[in-house]
Amino acid sequence: MTIAALDPRTGTALAGLLLSMADDEFVIGFSDSEWTGIAPILEEDVAMSSLAQDELGHARALYELLAGVLGDGRDADALAYDREPEAYRHARLLDHGRGDWATTIARRLLYETADAARLASIGEGWPPLAELVAKIRREERYHVMHVLAWTDRLARAGGDARSRFVAALEALAPDAPTVLAAQEGEAALLEAGILTRPMTSAAASWRAEVAGILGPLGITIALEQAADTARSRSGHSRDFRWLWGELTSVRRSDPGATW
Amino acid sequence: MSAVAAPRVPDADAVRDILRGVVDPEIPTVSIVDLGMVERIEVGPERIEVELLPTFVGCPAQELIRGAVVDALASFGRQAIVGFSFRRPWTSDRITAAGRERLAASGFAPPAEPADVRCPYCTSARVAMDSVFGPTQCRSLFYCRACRQPFEAFKLV
Repeated sequence: MTIAALDPRTGTALAGLLLSMADDEFVIGFSDSEWTGIAPILEEDVAMSSLAQDELGHARALYELLAGVLGDGRDADALAYDREPEAYRHARLLDHGRGDWATTIARRLLYETADAARLASIGEGWPPLAELVAKIRREERYHVMHVLAWTDRLARAGGDARSRFVAALEALAPDAPTVLAAQEGEAALLEAGILTRPMTSAAASWRAEVAGILGPLGITIALEQAADTARSRSGHSRDFRWLWGELTSVRRSDPGATW
Repeated sequence: MSAVAAPRVPDADAVRDILRGVVDPEIPTVSIVDLGMVERIEVGPERIEVELLPTFVGCPAQELIRGAVVDALASFGRQAIVGFSFRRPWTSDRITAAGRERLAASGFAPPAEPADVRCPYCTSARVAMDSVFGPTQCRSLFYCRACRQPFEAFKLV
């Protein structure tokens, strides 16, 4: 289905939604893959690599849908790799560098829960996305299991582990709501049934969920309403520019090659 | 892939039989048919279409499996159109009873809720999940306290 099959307003908004979702999964997937070989314990080396593989797989499937919507000749790889850093539309939460293990777990917790709230907001309006999301949600269950186990472990450990984890949550909290920033053209997406609720209401249920997880552990963080997408998903950090250099290096070394 | 001679007039059953010889390279003991990956087979006068469901969205074996299916269908002498779709989510309950038995026989616990996983070697319930994530996207790591054997269990998706 190309963009021409949808009315232009809905098509443009859908492309924006797909790009946000794909870039989020792409960037967190690559960030997580940085732990391959150097995670604190062997099981986590395997876990982070597997999580990264899942997220990059989701990104690829989303870029493929986007390629169909745009219909401009770019395939999933071109969309993923052939853009300048400024053109990426991932949420600012994912602009933070890998950091230490506590930062990684804090970022995963905030991202996974926000992403779950977003996935729960996708309706049946555009079947290709609805079908993909149904499949992705079944896999994310294991991601949530993993991050909740680590959240519990770090928070209950006390000492350095807990204080680093709490500090990481507090440092990421101002940018965490950017994942659920209002989508451009949200009214059109709601009207078409591609979204079932506005992002503000997804964000409200996400904040309640995070409070329900952290409250019993004696942790409170302030999660404000995010600015609009334009501001929440642009102006990327030095950390991201470095990551972009890494993740595009092979592609740029021989443009157009088949690997 | 298979030495079975192609029938004169292929039908969906003949295609399915050929596909019983195609395996997921990450789980070489169970065919893609027993894994429940084959969603649709259509045999036309000039071409055969096969629609597959990926077990995981990012499964890196998809292209290998697609190629193996195309090769397996070559014996029919018709154009083979093979693709993956998400038209319906692949779920672990699509694995056939025979598939589950074969998984257990090769040391993989079939998909179950983590609390219901049994050791594929001694059937004990005294097992512990060591890690949600294993060597492939579809498996978790367990340890059996009864027979002291580490094993892998399929994720329930």
